[in-house]
Amino acid sequence: MPQSLSHVTLNRRQLFAGAGAGALALTLASCTGGSAPSSSGTGSLTFGSNASDPVPKKAYADFVAAFEKKSGDKVTVNTSDHNSFQEKINNYLQGSPDDAFTWFAGYRMRYFAKNDLLGDVSDVWKKVGGNYSDAMKTASTGDDGKQYFVPNYNYPWGYFYRKSLWQEKGYAVPTKWDDLVTLAKKMQADGIIPIQFADKDGWPAMGTFDYINMRLNGYQFHLDLCAHKESWDQDKVKKVFDTWNEIRPYQDPAALGLTWQDAAQKVGNKQAGMYLLGSFVMQQFTDPAVAADIGFFEFPEIAMEGQTALEAPIDGLCLSKKGADSQAAKDMLAFMGTGAGQLAYWKADPSNIMTAKDADTSSYSDFTKMLGQVIAKAGHISQFFDRDALPAMASNVMIPALQNFTKSGTIDLANMESQAKQLYSQQ
Amino acid sequence: MTAIRTDTVAAERVPEVHEPPARRHRLRQLSGGDKVVLAIMIAIPTLIQALLIWIPTVASVFLSFTKWNGLSITNLRFAGLDNYLYILKDYPPFWPAVLHNVIWLVFLAVIATPLGLLLAVLLDRPLRGTRIYQSFFFVPVMLSLALIGVIWQLFYSQDNGLLNNLLGTSGTSHAVDWFGDSRVNLWAALIAATWRHAGYIMILYLAGLKGVDPSLREAAALDGANGAQTFFRVVFPVMRPTNIIVVVITIIEALRAFDIVWIINGGTNGLELLSALVVRNLVGEGQVIGIGSALAVVLLVISLVPIVFYLVRTFGKEAAE
Repeated sequence: MPQSLSHVTLNRRQLFAGAGAGALALTLASCTGGSAPSSSGTGSLTFGSNASDPVPKKAYADFVAAFEKKSGDKVTVNTSDHNSFQEKINNYLQGSPDDAFTWFAGYRMRYFAKNDLLGDVSDVWKKVGGNYSDAMKTASTGDDGKQYFVPNYNYPWGYFYRKSLWQEKGYAVPTKWDDLVTLAKKMQADGIIPIQFADKDGWPAMGTFDYINMRLNGYQFHLDLCAHKESWDQDKVKKVFDTWNEIRPYQDPAALGLTWQDAAQKVGNKQAGMYLLGSFVMQQFTDPAVAADIGFFEFPEIAMEGQTALEAPIDGLCLSKKGADSQAAKDMLAFMGTGAGQLAYWKADPSNIMTAKDADTSSYSDFTKMLGQVIAKAGHISQFFDRDALPAMASNVMIPALQNFTKSGTIDLANMESQAKQLYSQQ
Repeated sequence: MTAIRTDTVAAERVPEVHEPPARRHRLRQLSGGDKVVLAIMIAIPTLIQALLIWIPTVASVFLSFTKWNGLSITNLRFAGLDNYLYILKDYPPFWPAVLHNVIWLVFLAVIATPLGLLLAVLLDRPLRGTRIYQSFFFVPVMLSLALIGVIWQLFYSQDNGLLNNLLGTSGTSHAVDWFGDSRVNLWAALIAATWRHAGYIMILYLAGLKGVDPSLREAAALDGANGAQTFFRVVFPVMRPTNIIVVVITIIEALRAFDIVWIINGGTNGLELLSALVVRNLVGEGQVIGIGSALAVVLLVISLVPIVFYLVRTFGKEAAE
């Protein structure tokens, strides 16, 4: 499961649980009481985890066990379903949150920090800061210059392909936009789907938008557009869609009926040439022979900043407001900032890249090593549109707009701007 | 003095002077225990009604005129009609959603509900194995949402779905993308909805048909009516209570249609429905409380029109009879 917008899989029971929680949050907040008494100095903490899938669940259990062993503190883990944890985060943080919880870098973190719902972890960063790159520190910093987040791992977005297919047909990795377009044409002539694309769930298309936008207008423009400091209704944004239209005819025409899992299968079966997605796509290549045959290349250069900006969403830990008083919770976040802590997690969930500099990467596969290097050399790390922008903008405006663009090649930027104005003004 | 005066006034106002004392007499027969029981029986449903229906409804109407991020109450600002203007003018999925809800209603009313009636009439006859057929058609009503998603995926999948295999287009570029192509996916969803709705209506009409007095059919037959005449002139009008329920259920089902489109693609790309838009804007990460509430109020008002109209007509008639 990608740690991204995935509310489409929300089932009815979760939905009602969420709605019920919303309706009753105000009345019940005082009745249910805290999930734990204030744990300051008692050597115990509660940890809210969204890692409900078996692999990350085991990984976090291993991480917590390693922390308990090292510190002697006692951690109570409350695991919630991954999607419903995201759905109910507003009520969760306002009600009786755990001391520490799993979360993402980006706007969504800064937004809660700005609304005074997160605990300041600047003192933790004084201890572990040297262990992270500047890009990681920026991604963990709120609007007020304080840190509110400690990274665990991240995963890069780029094009994935079958190496054997490319060898057989004599394709070369494109580093320039025009090469990508030429290659796509060639693939179409060879009778394969040049660019695999899947957007039934709506969010995967944001990856292509983000990359073309950053390659054309730069990383800072991406951030400003996501924060709505830049207007949607301008030539720079229009250029993004014009450029996209150069490769749109080579995308899988069935995109709107496909999930990313379906699309990954087509790449695995050599029906499709290349596929832009996060490295979680590897989960779909369960056959080791296929997995070993997967290649990766970065989104090609278009106009500016070369290939320096990289989409690599970061997952990690935050403290709730209450957790900021808990030394044990701060100790656990500091432990997440060490190679030993991240390794305890990574061993059980090796599809991601550890973010601490002193993490022991000797058990990385060659492929993971290469992905790690891609992240290490990135000049700017973006968090994906649905993490860098207002979630309502991503889910209510971008999803329908990009789906419509995918089938028609047209976009109404004036309307997107008026929608953006309305949504951002509601915050 | 005062007592006499009141009596006179009461006598002047109420022509049937015997009625008020009779009522008072009946009330006096309630013991203290009865009164407590009555009070509880009225209070609890009223409280539940207020807590679960009236308070949220009033709150939704209130919130639809505000801008609020759902966090601190100090962030709540009045927005006037802003949210409504936004929905009507700037929110692209709104008008498609209204249109799809109307299509949904017409489709259920013209195809799904008559189909349920047809099934009920056919299966009401003394056929061999009629119970088994009835169960077949009723099963979809009882299935969980997740299972329905799986079943229709098997039918509609572009690459290996049953339909594309039957059409012989599976695996070719002509394979119909039943869920992804916005020209056909609404109809695909409507067929899935019909599959459930018809079974539901069938059960209601089977029960209704059982309640029709057989002597009416005999009388019609003696008068020389053929099968169709007997059904349309005698049996169908006699099932009026069932017909009312069916009409109301059909309208409600069309307005609250949600689960099938939500499980297909979250109510986007040709499958926009008002209920899906309400959920998208009100629940979860895309939460915009003011706009979501405004959408909910629009849906509420639309729902009230046919229901109030029908109930007034029905109960008005009954009162007149």
